[in-house]
Amino acid sequence: MRWLLVKDLQILRRSPLQAGVLVVYPIAIALMIGFALSSPPGRPTVAIYSGIPTSKVIHLGSTRVDVGSLAEQLFTSVRPLREPSPEAAIAQVRDGHALAALIIPDDLTSEIESLVTSGTGTPTVQVVLNGSNPLERQFAEQALQSRIAQAEQALSKLVLKVALGDLQVVLGGGSVNLLNRQIPLLGLQRSRTILGAQIATHPGDAALRRALGQVVNFANLAIDGLTFAGPVLGSIGTPVTVQQTVVAGRSTPTDSYAVAIAAVVSLMFVALLLAAGLLALEGSEHAYPRLVRGLVAPEALLAEKILLASACAAAVTLVMAAIVSSFVSLDWGRFELWVVSIALAGLAFGSLGVALGGLAREVAGASLLAFLCSLPVAFVALVPSTSVSGGVEDVLKVVSFVFPFKAGLDAVSNAFSGTPTGIVLPLLHLVVLTVVYAAGARLALRRFAAA
Amino acid sequence: MTVAAAALDVVGLTRCFGSRMAVRDVGFALERGEKLAIIGPNGAGKTTLLSMLAGVLVPTSGAINRAVERPCGWVPQQQAVYSKLSVAENLRLFARLERLADPDAAVARMLAQTGLEDRAQEQVGRLSGGNQQRVNVAIGLLADPAVLLLDEPTASLDPRQRARLWELISALAGEGRCVLYSTHAVTEAERYADRVLVLGDGEQLFLGTPTELEEVVAGDLAPSAIAPPGPSDGPAGDFETAFVQFLRARGH
Ligand SMILES: Nc1ncnc2c1ncn2[C@@H]1O[C@H](COP(=O)(O)OP(=O)(O)O)[C@@H](O)[C@H]1O
Ligand SMILES: [Mg+2]
Repeated sequence: MRWLLVKDLQILRRSPLQAGVLVVYPIAIALMIGFALSSPPGRPTVAIYSGIPTSKVIHLGSTRVDVGSLAEQLFTSVRPLREPSPEAAIAQVRDGHALAALIIPDDLTSEIESLVTSGTGTPTVQVVLNGSNPLERQFAEQALQSRIAQAEQALSKLVLKVALGDLQVVLGGGSVNLLNRQIPLLGLQRSRTILGAQIATHPGDAALRRALGQVVNFANLAIDGLTFAGPVLGSIGTPVTVQQTVVAGRSTPTDSYAVAIAAVVSLMFVALLLAAGLLALEGSEHAYPRLVRGLVAPEALLAEKILLASACAAAVTLVMAAIVSSFVSLDWGRFELWVVSIALAGLAFGSLGVALGGLAREVAGASLLAFLCSLPVAFVALVPSTSVSGGVEDVLKVVSFVFPFKAGLDAVSNAFSGTPTGIVLPLLHLVVLTVVYAAGARLALRRFAAA
Repeated sequence: MTVAAAALDVVGLTRCFGSRMAVRDVGFALERGEKLAIIGPNGAGKTTLLSMLAGVLVPTSGAINRAVERPCGWVPQQQAVYSKLSVAENLRLFARLERLADPDAAVARMLAQTGLEDRAQEQVGRLSGGNQQRVNVAIGLLADPAVLLLDEPTASLDPRQRARLWELISALAGEGRCVLYSTHAVTEAERYADRVLVLGDGEQLFLGTPTELEEVVAGDLAPSAIAPPGPSDGPAGDFETAFVQFLRARGH
């Protein structure tokens, strides 16, 4: 087997075009991914209709709320297209000029006021997304979602603040705004003091004293309870401050997932094409019968091709990952897992490659078959299963299970960034696929010999 | 026992592809140093027979016994060489795969025997068809086999190269090796074989010396009512004509 390896390496060295393409291709992919991820992310174009003027301010009790600036918060992460009506905004989405429409209704301020004063309002902003492209939709959704969450938080803080203010008045006395009228309130603490004085002025009336004593006790209890409740509510009103840190060279899991996709695509191309091509070459050169006449066992021949193809593919892929890691932060601490997952995925692809090479039996056919096989498999594995209907989803699931791409992607993306789904299962899956395809290739070799 | 003395003894060899019998019940025994030519029209089963003897195809039935338990040397009909490797690299690869004691010596010996010494470093793909065939033959001879199988070895060679190859083959047989070869050029069978085996549609139609074949043809013609063209008496004018008449008389 050693001499076969040497022979194949010599042949590769003397096929500079093919070998070159197999090395340059993944590196080119790596650079493309790197540049794409390191350039600043584009802001999605969003059509916006706002029914409230930007300077609108409402007063909730003693609090002054700048609703206009609250709405403006929503615009900071998008490229806004101002529209004169909700219909116009939706039309922009339908015509493809905007990825999404954000509609802020005229009644937003009154709904907020009503929510704060009577607890019944439902302030609503409407987001309209273009459903035709799931990737773009996700992009727009992500850009808007965090802003909407911020606005929501700001609003709920406001509501709590007003409620706390009212509570303070109930305890200490003052005035509350009810239906735009200032209503003076005595306050529990002062009420108790007045009651205490009243009890003192009626020493003889035991029945009255007992009754008033019960009211005072209740007031004490309520004062204690509400005094305690104040800070608790206040702490809810200022939930944990979210500290945002932006690191140079963005490092979201999405990025390392994209790198994992690029890595597995390169791995697939190199391993599949090499394994298929090298095995088919033994057929093209009519060398196979000469080899298996007691010189080399067919199994050893297959093992040699699989090992060579997966080793070359893994080496190229690791180089690629190293290059990309200067653009995107990958977890170098898990480097052993990178090697293991890339090696096992390479073996699975190599194994599939020799099966294809065994079927095709000559180099051009094998390369074509490997190429035709890899593109749809990669594509199918990348289609989010939520974006297709039931029957198609089942087909995609089967294809993803039967070919090594999905398992390879799961393993490699876990190795790069430690996804919560775990790495053991995909690795096992890859081992099983390797064995199954190698067995298939062994069967295909029977036809090889007869040719 | 004559059978035990034979260098190669073949009994009832048969090979089917599906329902088609490519070789049917072929049997012969060869002495050391004997040269056997296998002749027959295209599709007669020559390659199938040689492939079974080479151990590439498993016979459907029959037996192959060899005096020396060593694989035969095999030169396949389709050149089995790596065109991206040089002549020497091809020979060295197979010498190593054959686990020869001294691969480099075997390579040097074969380069000398086939006259390829000055082409040793050239890529096989860049050689002429004749020289590629010489490499193909050289690989078959590497392990110094006791029985040598050649499938249409001269098909791609020019007359001078053919003469050189037959010289080499005769020399190998002179050293005591059995040589079996198939050929289209029946005159080569007559000149360079001790015996010929005629195959037609997988059937063994004849086994004997070229002279015996000509005698059989003459016997075929004698009772015939129609006088053949050419010389009115005696065997057919040349071996090729005799061979064609032999096949025609048996419906091939
Ligand atoms: N691998 C195969 N599968 C099916 N049929 C075959 C195969 N190899 C040879 N044959 C058939 O067997 C017959 C003998 O073929 P072959 O031995 O190549 O003939 P020859 O070498 O005398 O030209 C032919 O009819 C051929 O079509
Ligand atoms: Mg033939």
